[in-house]
Amino acid sequence: MIETQAGKEAAVAAASDISPVPAIELDGVVKEYQAHGEVVQAVKGVSLAITEGEFFSMLGPSGCGKTTTMRMIAGFEDPTRGTVRLHGQDVTDVPPNKRDVNMVFQSYALFPHMNVWENVAFGLRRKRVPDQEIKRRVGEMLEIVALTGREKRRPREMSGGQQQRVALARALVNNPRALLLDEPLGALDLKLRQAMQIELKRIQREVGITFVYVTHDQNEALTMSDRIAVMNDGLVEQLAGPREIYERPATKFVAGFIGTSNLLSGTAEAVSGGTATIRVGDRDRVLVPVADGTLEGGAVEVTVRPEKIRISHEEPGADLSAVRGTVAEVVYLGTYNSYAVNLAGGAEFTVFEQNARDSSITAERGDSVWLSWQPQHSYAIGS
Amino acid sequence: MSGPLSPALPPQAVADEVTPSVGPLRRRRVRWGDRLLFGYTWVVLLWLFAPIAVMIAFGFNDTKSKSNVSWQGFTFKWWGRLGDYPDLTTAVTNSLSIALLATLVTTVLGTLMGIALGRYRFRGQAATNLVMFAAISSPELVMGASLLSLFISLGVQTGYMTIVLAHVLFSVSFVAVTVRARVVGLDGSIEEAARDLGASTWITFWRVTFPMILPGVVSGALLAFALSIDDFVITQFTSGATITFPLWIYGAVRIGVPPQVNILGTLIFAVGVAIAVVNTVTSRRRT
Repeated sequence: MIETQAGKEAAVAAASDISPVPAIELDGVVKEYQAHGEVVQAVKGVSLAITEGEFFSMLGPSGCGKTTTMRMIAGFEDPTRGTVRLHGQDVTDVPPNKRDVNMVFQSYALFPHMNVWENVAFGLRRKRVPDQEIKRRVGEMLEIVALTGREKRRPREMSGGQQQRVALARALVNNPRALLLDEPLGALDLKLRQAMQIELKRIQREVGITFVYVTHDQNEALTMSDRIAVMNDGLVEQLAGPREIYERPATKFVAGFIGTSNLLSGTAEAVSGGTATIRVGDRDRVLVPVADGTLEGGAVEVTVRPEKIRISHEEPGADLSAVRGTVAEVVYLGTYNSYAVNLAGGAEFTVFEQNARDSSITAERGDSVWLSWQPQHSYAIGS
Repeated sequence: MSGPLSPALPPQAVADEVTPSVGPLRRRRVRWGDRLLFGYTWVVLLWLFAPIAVMIAFGFNDTKSKSNVSWQGFTFKWWGRLGDYPDLTTAVTNSLSIALLATLVTTVLGTLMGIALGRYRFRGQAATNLVMFAAISSPELVMGASLLSLFISLGVQTGYMTIVLAHVLFSVSFVAVTVRARVVGLDGSIEEAARDLGASTWITFWRVTFPMILPGVVSGALLAFALSIDDFVITQFTSGATITFPLWIYGAVRIGVPPQVNILGTLIFAVGVAIAVVNTVTSRRRT
C-alpha cells in the first residue's frame, strides 16, 4: 500500500504544481499504413496532453484511430510523424519494453502457461526486483483486485471478470507512470461491465496512476473519465470533460455520437445580445446562443438533447424556443417515454419525457404538439 | 514392416476412438446406434492392434526353426540372447542415432520455418508452402530415386550422413506444418504483453512464445522420429554401405527373421508409446 500512497501524493503534488509536466504528450502524431499500394492514414495528426493522475478516455467508433494512438503511446506502433513524450521525455524511438507505461489488452493477453502469481510477477522479474519485494508487491496487488487465494490458478480456469482483474494486476503491479487500457471491458457482459467500471474507477483513485482508456462505449467513457477525447476518422473532434462533451458538443459528429441529439439547420435572422433567432415557421422560432460576430443571414446548425425538450398542446411562452410538429411514434420505456416528432420543416425530433407523475402520456400518435426548450439548452455547432 | 514400428502415433488415435464408447456405457438405455458404434470402435481397435500383438507375442516364441512364424511355446530366452547378431545390433544403433540426429536437426529447422510461415508475410512464402506440400505428398520412391541421382551427380559418397540428410528433408515439412498451425492460433497480443512488461525480444521468445508453441514442437519432433526410425524406401536409396534396422530386417526376410527383431521392435514401440503418453498428459496440463 506504500506505493499507492506515494502515487496519490505524487498526483496531488502534480496537480498543485503551477505548470506540471504532462504524464503523456502527443505532438502532431501521424500514423500512415501501406495497404494495397495505397497510403492509409489511421491517425491524421493528434496533439494532446494527459495530466498526471488523470482518468483520460479516447472515445470513438471502430477505425477512428483511438487504438492506434494508444499503441503509439505504448510503443507498439512507430508514428510516421510527430513526437510522443512521457513526462517530458521524448520516447518516440524507445521500444515498448523500455517505456514506463503498461497496457491492459482487450483480449487480456494473459500468459496461458503461467499461473496467476507468475503472470502478475512477470514484469517485476524482468526488472530484477528482489524476490522478497516481488512477493510483497504481488500479494498486495492481488488483494487490491480481490484475487487473494487464487495465486495457483491458470488463466483458463478463471472467469472473464477474474481474468480481467489478473490483467489489471499484472500491469499495475509495476507501478507504471501510466496505465493504458484498450477496451478492457469489451468481452464482459453488461452487469459485470458496469461493476468493473466502478471497480476500475475505485482502483484508479486508490493507486493514483494516470489511466488512458480506449473505448467505443460512450456510457463507459462518460461514467469513468475526468476528460474525454472524442475521435473520428483519425482526428480528435473534441477534448473536454464528460459534462461539457454531453452538454456542449463541439461538432456535429460529437453531438451524434454521444447520446441522442436533435439537429436543426436554418438561417440566423436576428442576432442580438449573443442570441440568434432562427425562424422556422410563422409562429415557430428557435433561440440559440451564438458566438460574437455571427452574422445575420448566416447558416446555423442547432443541436438540442431530447431530455431538455418539453412536449405540450398549448403554445409555450415567447422566451422559449418553440417548434410545432406531429407525433409519429410514442414508446413507453419505463423510466421515461420517448416521442418521435416530425417537424413542419421536415426534421425528426426525439423527445424524452421523464415518467415522474403517473404512467399517462402527454400526447398520442398523430397529435399536433408544441416542442419547447430553454435557449441555453441548444447550441450552434460547427459541422 | 512399417506396421509394428510406426505406432508411436496411434495412442492419440486410440484416445479419440475410445471416448465415444464411454458415454453410452454411463447411460442406462443404450440405443442401437450406440451399440453399433461401440462394436465398430472395438473392431477398428482390434484391426489396428492385432499385428502389434502378434509382433510382441512372437518375441516370446520358443521357435526351433530359422523362421519365426508358428507358435511353439512360451520362453524368455531370446531376451537374454538379444546381442546374438552383432550386425543387427549395429543396425539398431544406426537407426536410433540417425533418428535422434535427424529429429534434432528437423525440429530446429522445422520450428523456425513454422514460426516464419505462421507469423510473417514475405516474398517466396507461397513457393515455400508449395515445396513443403510437395515434400509431404511426393511418393517415397520418387524422392529416394531422385536423391540417389542427386548424390551421385554431386559425387557425394552415400552412407550415414546422406541418410540423415534425406530423413531431415522428408520430415522437416511435417514439423513446420504442426508448428505453423500452433503459431497461427496464437494471440499476438500475448507477446506484446510480454514486451510491454519489460521483456526483450529474446526473453519474450523463450519465456512466452516458445512455451506456447511447445506442444506443436513436441508433436512435430515425435512425428519426425517416428518417420525416421522406420523409413525403408528412401533409406534404401541413400544408405550406401550403412545398414539400418528396417534394412537389416528386409535382408533377413529371405532366411527368416529371428525373434530378436520382434523384441527390438517391441522395445522401440514401448518407448514410442511412453513418449506419446507423456506428451499427451503434459500438453493437456499445459494448455
